[in-house]
Amino acid sequence: MLNEEIIIAGFGGQGVLSMGQTLGYAAMVEGKNVSWMPSYGPEMRGGTANCITIVSDSTISSPIVSRFDTGILLNQPSMEKFESRIKPGGIIVYESTNILHASDRKDIGVYAIPASDEANKLHNIKIANMILLGAFLEKKPVVSIEGVMEALKKVLPERYHNLLPINRQALEVGAELMRKAQ
Amino acid sequence: MENNEILTPQCIVDGDDNYDLVYEKTNVMTDTRLHYCPGCGHSTAHKILGEVIQELGIQKDVIGVAPVGCSVFAYEYLHIDWQEAAHGRATAAATGIKRCLPDKYVFTYQGDGDLAAIGTAETIHCINRGENIMIIFINNGVYGMTSGQMAPTSLEGMKTTTSPYGRNVHTMGYPLKVSELIAPLPGAFYVTRQTVHTPNAVRKAKKAIMNGFKYQKLGKGLSFIEIVSNCPSNWRMTPLQSNDFIDTDMLKYYPPGDIKVPSKEDLINL
Amino acid sequence: MELKEDIRLMKGNEAMAEAAIQAGMDAYFGYPITPQSEVLEYLTREVPNRTGIALQAESEVAAINMVYGAAGAGARVWTSSSSPGWSLMQEGVSYIAAAELPCLLVNVNRGGPGLGTIQPSQGDYFQATKGGGHGDYHLLVLAPNSVQEMADFVFLGFELAEKYRTPVMMLSDGAIGQMMEKVTFHKREIVKSAKPWATTGKTEDRERNIITTLFIQPEKMEIVNIHLNAKYEEIKKNEVRYEEIETKDAEYLLVAYGLSARISHKVVILAREKGIKLGLLRPITLWPYPSDVLFKLADQVKGMMTVELNAGQMVEDVRLAVNGKVKVGHYGRMGGIIPSPEEVEENLEKFIKTL
Ligand code: SF4
Repeated sequence: MLNEEIIIAGFGGQGVLSMGQTLGYAAMVEGKNVSWMPSYGPEMRGGTANCITIVSDSTISSPIVSRFDTGILLNQPSMEKFESRIKPGGIIVYESTNILHASDRKDIGVYAIPASDEANKLHNIKIANMILLGAFLEKKPVVSIEGVMEALKKVLPERYHNLLPINRQALEVGAELMRKAQ
Repeated sequence: MENNEILTPQCIVDGDDNYDLVYEKTNVMTDTRLHYCPGCGHSTAHKILGEVIQELGIQKDVIGVAPVGCSVFAYEYLHIDWQEAAHGRATAAATGIKRCLPDKYVFTYQGDGDLAAIGTAETIHCINRGENIMIIFINNGVYGMTSGQMAPTSLEGMKTTTSPYGRNVHTMGYPLKVSELIAPLPGAFYVTRQTVHTPNAVRKAKKAIMNGFKYQKLGKGLSFIEIVSNCPSNWRMTPLQSNDFIDTDMLKYYPPGDIKVPSKEDLINL
Repeated sequence: MELKEDIRLMKGNEAMAEAAIQAGMDAYFGYPITPQSEVLEYLTREVPNRTGIALQAESEVAAINMVYGAAGAGARVWTSSSSPGWSLMQEGVSYIAAAELPCLLVNVNRGGPGLGTIQPSQGDYFQATKGGGHGDYHLLVLAPNSVQEMADFVFLGFELAEKYRTPVMMLSDGAIGQMMEKVTFHKREIVKSAKPWATTGKTEDRERNIITTLFIQPEKMEIVNIHLNAKYEEIKKNEVRYEEIETKDAEYLLVAYGLSARISHKVVILAREKGIKLGLLRPITLWPYPSDVLFKLADQVKGMMTVELNAGQMVEDVRLAVNGKVKVGHYGRMGGIIPSPEEVEENLEKFIKTL
């Protein structure tokens, strides 16, 4: 039974909320249940941002949980705040360009993904979040890459559809990085 | 005599005598006895409002919004659909009505406390949005219903129950010239200041109200008709003295006349 | 991949706004306040290409009085706000209740008192269910616990408002308003009831219509009150709504609504994993309150505990309902803090020890 409780956290502007939304859309497209609970308020203006995304086969009870199966963490404060809240056996996928001190827990999988570096190589820093998402989905395919692409088509306004290929590329780069990181 | 009985002139019309009908109460007015004090301008303002509605033949298309103040029962007196709004909120309620019934005529009838104190925000924003309604603003410089407290429009030095030594503008603020304040707003299409204390003035005020309805039909924006009125009871005057006071004092500070009139092009279709 | 039904991923606030358009709203009047500004944003974006009016008022005070005017003119009208703004509306709400104007009023509850916090809260339970404004009146209060219900209760809210000629309130919170979930919009036929009392202009075939709340003579005012209360009794009889989760064999019962009910649902799962026979009663209408079912459940369970995002408000209604039959406890967090299911479960166990 699928019931994946994910925390995605970082600075405002790193695409934290939109990563969770994209994942949510993909889950919906694939007929799964989903809840996406953002932190909201002043965070949007450059502070910290996070969202809890839950993807499940069954009814989602609480959209707010304190312990997670997966943490996708994009900055140091988030690593400090959430590493202890990953359930044993869970994973952390983190942005290793920004985060210098990662979790040393042995009971979870911790994967360093230099997403910003790779995004720069693709000449678009904004897709670092998609690289992380690709890495996560390689490890835990709660939705398919096709589902994510389908979701992007839905959420991106028509005029941004030229960005679809680079998003796919980012997802694939992320998956590749995960394969290497394991 | 029963309190609610109407004094109707008894005249015997004899088949041979031909009487000329010189005056008839507009049938837009109900037979309810007006609760206003003798000599109060509200009664006259109601009457001309009713006459205009009758003359324009728009009775079935008018919705009035009554205020809180002496004219809180305005809805008792005119045979039209009415809403009674919360204190100061008549223009907001009127906005709600007009937006949902854009083809109807909507007006508010408000006193100075209602419109220019507690309802200032609603007044200004309604005008600024250019809501296509008419505001009739009765300014008598005092709170009548609650018996004589200071209004935002009370004149300097005016004695009221809450300015017993006279309005001191340094501590109580200056009398607010609402018409002048709102006239520059682009949403205000027609702004005029009238009175109803002389027969001639009544005719002019009636014309102004007529204009207000006509402009509404054109969809031009907001008509604001201030009527400087009296309050013999709370001014502690006889009706005649109060009418004199309008001339000697009120109109000095609140000069009568049009403040903003539509241009010729504006009225091309009228 | 085309979706057969109209299924979308939306925030609660957006789902509510979309539902209102689909429900054939004539007008919405509102003022921005976090965490529900998405409503006005959504409507001002959508309405020009669809139906209805969406107007940004100069204040909540103006907005609620615009609702009064529009509802009096027979429109299907609504507004939404959050706690401080909802407080500002209370005068108008009392007038609307007195004038028996059907409309939908939404409070997306945030933490207070005062300017408070923009984080979710259930601190406005008393205000919603015990009055809020002045005078003897009640709002029919619906409490959604999901994005789907935020949409569904718009349809239901308009329907009930028109059925009883009464304002209906939806009491949500910042979390349900801000979170995204799947929401399905079913094709529905929209039926709007006739409103012969509305001020639409006095035609010759009828008497003039007057919407007023002023009844100076106490005798008349009392008659109005008696009439209102007869209507409220009718609503109490017909419109109590609630959901029971795992109550069949429950030895202990949580009582929670809205977001707290979602958290409590998870607590039920956690507790049952530990062998504690826990159930959940979720009031869907906060007024009228599901007192009867609680009274019955009081014979079955050893104790009840409310879970609320406040200092303990609904717990009073539960205590009234069970009338001393069982002990009723409360666990809550305030100020916008949301307890985790684990935290609630721990406190439930503490409560059980006191029984
Ligand atoms: S108190 Fe003044 S304004 Fe009111 S009815 Fe009497 S005279 Fe008119």
